[in-house]
Amino acid sequence: MSHYRAAPPATLRIVPLDALTLIYHRASGITHIVDAPVPEILEALGDEILGVDALLARLSEQFDLPDADPMALAIRLDELVVAGLVERT
Amino acid sequence: MRHVTRLRIGPIGFRIGSDWRGPIAALDDLYRDYPKPDVPDFNVHLFAARPWRRVFRPSVHIGGDFVIPDAAPLPLSMGLLAAEMGMNLQMALGQRRYLLLHASAVERDGKALLMTGVSGAGKSTLAALLMARGWRLMGDEFALVDPASGLIHGFPRLISLKNEALPVVEAALPDARFGEIMEGTPKGTLRHLVPNARAIAAMAEPAVPALILFPSFGFAAEEREVMPSEAFIRLTQASTNYVTLAERGFDALTRLVQGVPARAIDYPNTDTAIAQVERLWRELA
Amino acid sequence: MVRDARLLTDALRDPSSTAALDANGWTALLAMARAEQLIGTLAHRLDGLPMPEAARRILADARASAGQGRVAALWEAEMARRALAPLDMPVVLLKGTAFVAAGLSAGAGRQIGDLDILVPRERIGEAEAALLAAGWEWVKPDPYDDAYYRRSMHELPPLIHRERDRMIDVHHTILPLTARVTPDAAGLIADACPLAKGLAIPSPEGLVIHAAAHLIADGDLAGGLRNLWDIDCLVREYSEQDSDFCLSVYEEAHRHGLLPAVERAFRLTKKLYGTPVKSYENPVRVILQPRASDALYLRRLLARDGWGRQTRRITRFAFYLRGHWLRMPPLMLARHLWIKWRKGDRPVS
Repeated sequence: MSHYRAAPPATLRIVPLDALTLIYHRASGITHIVDAPVPEILEALGDEILGVDALLARLSEQFDLPDADPMALAIRLDELVVAGLVERT
Repeated sequence: MRHVTRLRIGPIGFRIGSDWRGPIAALDDLYRDYPKPDVPDFNVHLFAARPWRRVFRPSVHIGGDFVIPDAAPLPLSMGLLAAEMGMNLQMALGQRRYLLLHASAVERDGKALLMTGVSGAGKSTLAALLMARGWRLMGDEFALVDPASGLIHGFPRLISLKNEALPVVEAALPDARFGEIMEGTPKGTLRHLVPNARAIAAMAEPAVPALILFPSFGFAAEEREVMPSEAFIRLTQASTNYVTLAERGFDALTRLVQGVPARAIDYPNTDTAIAQVERLWRELA
Repeated sequence: MVRDARLLTDALRDPSSTAALDANGWTALLAMARAEQLIGTLAHRLDGLPMPEAARRILADARASAGQGRVAALWEAEMARRALAPLDMPVVLLKGTAFVAAGLSAGAGRQIGDLDILVPRERIGEAEAALLAAGWEWVKPDPYDDAYYRRSMHELPPLIHRERDRMIDVHHTILPLTARVTPDAAGLIADACPLAKGLAIPSPEGLVIHAAAHLIADGDLAGGLRNLWDIDCLVREYSEQDSDFCLSVYEEAHRHGLLPAVERAFRLTKKLYGTPVKSYENPVRVILQPRASDALYLRRLLARDGWGRQTRRITRFAFYLRGHWLRMPPLMLARHLWIKWRKGDRPVS
C-alpha cells in the first residue's frame, strides 16, 4: 500500500479566503487554489507519513466527514501527488 | 536601426530604435513632455526583415529585449502602434519588480481606482473619461503594484482609443492632443490620446488602492459584489508576471484582494458607467 | 563607436572595468547581457559596485529573477526524481540545474531554461513511460521531427509538463548518435557524483567536458559566451581544490574523444575570461597555443551590437551550417535541410 507525506508545513503559505483557500508552495513557486478537503488533508498529514486508511481515520476524527470513502480519498491524494503538494513514498 | 528615441513612462524607461524615421518622429511628438531615461529598462526594435523591405512595401517587425517569435509585422503607416506594442511586450514579458495588472487606473485624493477586464470591456475609455472629469490618469493598460508597499504605480502611456469609443472621448476632451487616426489595425480603428499635463507631471506618485472594478460593456446596468476569492482568480488571469514574482507576487495579490473592495459593473453606455463609478467610489473608497 | 560583446566579457572578467562606462555604455552592456542570457550572472559579478541608479535597479531585478528561476529549476528536478524514483536508476542532472543543485559558482545568477537529465540508454524507454505517466507530454507532434529525434539525436523529443508548463530533455548521451564523436555515456553515468536523494551530477571533469562538447561539437555557438563562462567558473572552482584539475580533464576528455573540443574551449575561455587553464608536457601533451581559427570562433561568439542583436551574418551562417554538418552525415544533412527549407524554416534572418 502506498504511503503519503505532505510538503513540509514550513514550505506552505496557506491563506483561507471566502470560498476557496490559497496555498503558496515555496519549494515550487506554484500557487494552488484549492477547496475542502485539501487543506484538511494537508493538516491531517502534518509532517508524518500515513497510508490511506490511517489518513481516513484521522480525517474522520478531526473533521466532519459525511461519507468516509477510501477510494475518493485515494483519488484526491493522487491529484495532490501530481500537484507536488504530497509525495508518495 | 538608425533612428532612436528614449522615453520614461511611470517608473519604466524605454529606448526605441527604428529603421524608419516615421515612428520615432511620432513618438517624439506625442511623448514630448515625458522625461527621458539615461539608462533604459527595456529596448524595443522596429526593423525590416530584409534590407529592401525598408523601402519596398515597408513592413515593421517588432523586436526587443523580450520577443515573441513569428509575431506578425505591421505596415509602416501603423509604426506608432508597433512601437506601443513593442513597449507593452517588454512589460508583459520582462517586468520583474512590480506586479503587472492588465488594468486601467485613475487617482483621486491619493487613492487609486483599478478597472480590469477583457479587451473591449471599456478600461481605456472609462479611464479617459474620468481623466476628463478631473481624476488623475495613472494608466489605461497596465497598473503596477509594488509588492513591498502595496501601492499602485502609474504607467501613463498614450491612451489607446478604439472604434465607437473615439467620438465619445473626442467630444469629452476637445482640447486634448491626439495622434493620427489609424484604420484597419488588428483592433479596428484606433487613435492615441496624450494624457494631460497633470497625469504626466504626477507620473512618479503612487497611490493607495481603494476600489477594484470589473466593468462589462453592452449590458443593462447592474452591480454585484466580487468576493476576494473571485477577485484573486480574475486578477491572476489579468497579470502576465504573477508567476515570475513568486512569493512577493502572492503577498501583493492576497493583500490587495483582502484589503480592497471589488465590484463587477455592467453598463449600457459610458454615462451610466461614470455615474456608477462615482457612486461606488463615494460609498466604498 | 563599433562595439561587440567584448563589452560584456570584459565586464564579467573584470567587474571594476565598468566604472569607466557612461550611460550609453551601460545601456549597451545590459542589452547584450540580456541577449546572451547572462544578465543574472552579470548582476552577481557587479554586486556592490558603483553604477547608475537605473542599472542597479535593473540588475537587482535580474538577480531576483534568477533566484526565482533557481527555485523553479530545482523543483522540476525534484518532480522528475519523484517520477523516476520507482525505477531505481541513476538520474544525472546536466547543465544549469546541475550547477545550482550542487551549489557551484557556475550557478550563481544563472538563468536556467529546461531541465536536462542523463539516463542510461537501455532504460530510456522506461524513463519515457514513467514521465508520461506523471503528467509530462510531447511537445512536437510532427512525425518527421519525431523520427529524426529518436533515430539520431541524443535525447528523447522534448517533453513538457501538462500542469506546470515546463520542459524536460531526457538525454542518453551528450552528443547526437550520428555525430562523428561518440562519448562514453555509460562512463559519465558511472562516474557521476550523487547528491542527496537519488539525483546526481557528472563528475567535475564530466561537467567541463559536457560544457565543451555542447559548445564546440554540438552547437553553432549560440549561447557560447555563457557556455564558456560556465567552463571558466568550473575550472577556477575545481582548480582550487586540485591544482592539476586541467590534467584530469584532458585525460578524461581523451577517453571520450572530446579532447579537441576541450582544447578549443579552453583556448577561447582563456582569451575571453582569462581562465587559468594549464598546458602539460606529460603524462599527456596538451599545449594550449592560440590557433588562427580561434579568431573566427571569437568573431562568431562576440557578434552582438549595442542593442543586443546578432551581427556578422555570414560568419553566423557558416557556423550554423557547421553545427548541422557536425551533427549529421552529409546525405542526412542535405535531406534534413531540404525538408526544413520546404517547411519554411529559415536559419538566419
